Amino acid sequence: MFKAIKRMRRQEMMLLLFSIALVLAQVWTEMKIPDYMSSITMLVQTEGSEMSAIWQAGGIMMLLALLSTVIGLTSGYVSAMLGGLYSKHLRSDIFNKVQSFSLNEIDRFSTASLITRSTNDVTQMQMFIAGGLRMIIRTPISVIVALIKIWGKHWQWTSLTGGAIIAVICIVIVVIKYAHPRFRKMQDLTDELNKATRENLTGIRVIRAYNAEDYQEKKFEEANENLSYNMLAAQTIMSSTRPVMRFVNNGLTVGIYLIGAYLINETVGTTEALVTFSEMVVFSNYASRLLMSFMNLEMIFNMIPRASVAADRINEVLDCDLEITDGPETEGVKGKEGTVEFRNVSFSYPGTEGEVLSDISFTAEKGETVAFIGATGSGKTSLVNLIPRFYDVTKGEVLVDGRDVREYNQHALRNLIGYAPQTAVLFSGTVSSNIEYGEGGNHAEDEDSEAEVKRAVSIAQATEFVEKMENTYDAEITRGGTNVSGGQRQRLSVARVVYRKPEIYIFDDTFSALDFKTDRLLRSALKQETAGVTTLIVAQRIGTIRDADKIIVLDEGKAVGMGTHEELMRSCQVYREIAYTQLSEEELA
Amino acid sequence: MAKKNSYQLGQANINSNRGPGRMRIAEKPRDFKGAAKKLLAYGKDILPQFILAFSASVLSVIMTLFGPDNLSKMTNLIEAGMKSGGVDIPAVIRVAIRSLLFYLFASVLILIQSLNLNRASQKLMRQMRNDISHKLNRIPLKSFDSSSFGDVLSRVTNDVDTIGMSLNMASSSVVTSITTFIGCTIMMLLTNVKLTAIVLTCSILGFLLMNVIIKRSQGYFTRRQSYLGLLNGHIEEMYAGHLIVKAYNGEDESREEFEYLNDKLFENNWKSQFISGITFPLMELLSNLGYVAVCVFGAMMAKAGTIPFGTIIAFIIYVRMFTMPMSMVANSITNLQSAAAACERVFEFLDVEEMEDESYKTQRMENIKGDVEFSHVHFGYDPDKIIINDFSANIEAGKKVAIVGPTGAGKTTMVNLLMRFYELNGGKISIDGIDTRDVTRENVHEQFCMVLQDSWLFEGTIRENIVYSMKDVSDEKVVEACKLVGLHNYISGLPNGYDTILSEDSNMSAGQRQLMTIARAMIQNAPLLILDEATSSVDTRTEQIVQDAMDLLTRGRTSFTIAHRLSTIRNADIILVMRDGDIVETGTHEELLQKGGFYSELWTSQFVNAEAI
Repeated sequence: MFKAIKRMRRQEMMLLLFSIALVLAQVWTEMKIPDYMSSITMLVQTEGSEMSAIWQAGGIMMLLALLSTVIGLTSGYVSAMLGGLYSKHLRSDIFNKVQSFSLNEIDRFSTASLITRSTNDVTQMQMFIAGGLRMIIRTPISVIVALIKIWGKHWQWTSLTGGAIIAVICIVIVVIKYAHPRFRKMQDLTDELNKATRENLTGIRVIRAYNAEDYQEKKFEEANENLSYNMLAAQTIMSSTRPVMRFVNNGLTVGIYLIGAYLINETVGTTEALVTFSEMVVFSNYASRLLMSFMNLEMIFNMIPRASVAADRINEVLDCDLEITDGPETEGVKGKEGTVEFRNVSFSYPGTEGEVLSDISFTAEKGETVAFIGATGSGKTSLVNLIPRFYDVTKGEVLVDGRDVREYNQHALRNLIGYAPQTAVLFSGTVSSNIEYGEGGNHAEDEDSEAEVKRAVSIAQATEFVEKMENTYDAEITRGGTNVSGGQRQRLSVARVVYRKPEIYIFDDTFSALDFKTDRLLRSALKQETAGVTTLIVAQRIGTIRDADKIIVLDEGKAVGMGTHEELMRSCQVYREIAYTQLSEEELA
Repeated sequence: MAKKNSYQLGQANINSNRGPGRMRIAEKPRDFKGAAKKLLAYGKDILPQFILAFSASVLSVIMTLFGPDNLSKMTNLIEAGMKSGGVDIPAVIRVAIRSLLFYLFASVLILIQSLNLNRASQKLMRQMRNDISHKLNRIPLKSFDSSSFGDVLSRVTNDVDTIGMSLNMASSSVVTSITTFIGCTIMMLLTNVKLTAIVLTCSILGFLLMNVIIKRSQGYFTRRQSYLGLLNGHIEEMYAGHLIVKAYNGEDESREEFEYLNDKLFENNWKSQFISGITFPLMELLSNLGYVAVCVFGAMMAKAGTIPFGTIIAFIIYVRMFTMPMSMVANSITNLQSAAAACERVFEFLDVEEMEDESYKTQRMENIKGDVEFSHVHFGYDPDKIIINDFSANIEAGKKVAIVGPTGAGKTTMVNLLMRFYELNGGKISIDGIDTRDVTRENVHEQFCMVLQDSWLFEGTIRENIVYSMKDVSDEKVVEACKLVGLHNYISGLPNGYDTILSEDSNMSAGQRQLMTIARAMIQNAPLLILDEATSSVDTRTEQIVQDAMDLLTRGRTSFTIAHRLSTIRNADIILVMRDGDIVETGTHEELLQKGGFYSELWTSQFVNAEAI
């Protein structure tokens, strides 16, 4: 957690120091006020003292009260600023760091976890820095000041207060030991409950079809009962301790007065009695503040572990070393434009043993279409992911435009490539904003981007449904593209590639969500568009790729065949197997 | 760049306002009284517990209120003793004991109050959650189309928490605060009218001032929440689309958007944080002002001999007791309002119209052969937009029906109607001559095996997933089904075999998951079958296994298949061709080809595709 605090910028550090100073000042003024109460008590009890003296003491008290408020407000301002700035910078640092991550790092953390780290964990830290830190600083200071104030008055009072403090500490320990773990467990139990609900929602048709409503409900009720019991147990502990705390606090005051009565009785008639009397009034005040401070311990012990978990999780992200870094080059080798070459490439995912790809070599010349086919898990996606350098090879080289991808500036490399992933990704915005997405690609200065969007949409066979949408090309797309169907998402994703006019196209199983008819129309339109451009296609269906200049058959990470459809039908056993499962049905037609 | 205002307010971070921050955004219910009434009616079981809790809390406040009075008496006894030359110790002890007893009693009462409230509110929350879960399975699927119930539901789970919390904390604090406020005023008035007037003026003036500030600050809270939602939404979106952001060099664009939102959030964030922090020092000031005023004016009066010194002591405590509830009440009312809004949403959900109660239907389908007849079926998801117009067909037992059509033609509508997930707008569907509406839905469901495209598995063991809700299924049967679909070897190879627990991230492949659902359907062993063939996410070799299993399943059953395989379509006894939601053609493959309609157009495009190989 200290590491997280060390991340503060100079300005925030200054604010933090200022905030500590303010806390000190505030505690001082607050503790000063009862002192004047003591003087007033003396004045009232002393015969013949001046009214003006009371006014004076009262005036100072008033000033102190105002001062304390001003300090309190300033302190509030400072911590709000501090928390705001800190969380802003922290959030920004994390976001930028994650943006620079390669898929390696994303895989390591998982997207969901990265989201929590950038949102909830940052909020946790902000709360801690803005509020918790102040309390943590304030508590010991208050304790010390209050102790100084009551020290050396009468041992009877001191020991009574000491006893009360021990009682409070015991209660705090009980809470920390028995209630806190239950509160922490609550999150898991709530997750369980939500999981049961989500399961019920996603499977609603199956549940109804199998008349399994009672079965699901029983599961839910179980999770619900667990949550309920756990919560009740935690609350019971909390509710039982609270009245005890109150009783200790109130009892302490009564006790102090009772002891005071004895003390005064012993010295009755002397000035010492008067002093004791005024001390008694003030002592009870300090003692109760002292007790309050100790009660705060419970909250602090609740806060620190939570904040420190959040801090650790954030540090993990910020301290993560990037495995893929930029090279210096921004252009390929002259005369090699539009080529992709694999030289003895082997690849395994970081932290895993088995090779996903082993010793793959091939060249895609400018204008060629190269297709990859093979069973799930044969390494097709991993292979194409190496080209835009989403991952780095373990052995060998991947060359784009005649240059190793590791020598490129990542920006420059990706400008050459148009990539459509297996699952189409759409962002919130409009149809156009999704198609025009990103930077780079081959766009003329004076290009009519609206016409280009329309052209791309029409090649992707999406014109019909886009023009049916409200506001057509400016139609709203919700986050994740949930307001269009899977096939439509896929087509918009293709349009995005086409709009980019890259040197190299990569389609990672992009066409499988389309029905045969659309698939066919799209591919024939695309064929004209990509004439003279290098195209790499990953596919499941033989029909999708049979026209390719080169088909590479992958099996468990190895290239077991390479050639045209006809060649492979003759020479490659794996390819024939795949072809027959699909052909046999189609030949029946 | 996406338009800023086109963003939906994300509800990504519902929990963010649950932190130590003292204030929440006031969420206004539409009708507070109505919501309260409904809640009262709903929770009438726990009402006695609530009343007991509240009575205990009122009593305990009254007990506590005597505290300062006792302290004042002690002070006066001591003061008198100082002047007369000897403190009446026995009298002081008597007061002290009385006072301690009062406090003890008050504490016990608080204990009674909070234990009761805990129990009662937990009971209510549990009941509410169970009712929601129960309700979920009683409302027609139709309701899930019209509104985003997924969203509503996630809110409902959170809303229940809000309701429980505010019942537990806010309601008791309102009761306590109001009692304290009134009781304190009475006690002060009884003790000394002038000092009371001073305290009241100080406090009320300050309180009004504070309210003005808080009112004006509400905007920042709402804005902070909405920017937080937007920002978190952006983060989620960019992380989820990381691959594309990278591939298209969209980092700068995304960063720009992020910085814009982050700046906006910061601005509203610190302001709202500051304002919520203002309350505390201001309350402190109020309390201090009252304290000083009591000290000074009290001292003057004590000097003049109009009041004993003990009164000052009592008042010092009253001032603190008095100012506290004012800030509490403001806070609690905000909480109660959120709770009322939450109540409205929960009851809205619980009041959604349920499916018709069918317990009166005594007719049952037993030992069905499997004849299915559609006669003059009319249906539309929206009754004003009928998409299936007057569809009739007669399917004999054991026949194979293929449902074909382009993507998005509404092929699942047929599933919805057969299973009676949706009710027809006209006509009828009968099985073995029995109108499906004359028997219970459960009885209809029992006649069908169903394998859908998304192979839904739940968290539980493999055996539980296969057996599911069927009763008395022997282990041998489960093994047999798995052997038939070709899963047995895989499952036996797992360390825990059939008792392996499937979790969300279990490493079962899509194909294996699909085989699991086929095995489940086999155990169900019903005379009718609904099958969705789409297997695009599966590689060709697995696809073959899945297809074999599916073929096995269709044997001896009347089957309705959402067909993607050409062989299925060709071999079907009857093909239903769908387009834009309606069934546009029916017939066998040859008949439809000869007809030269939509089907033949569809077929040709696939035929050409096949021929090209």
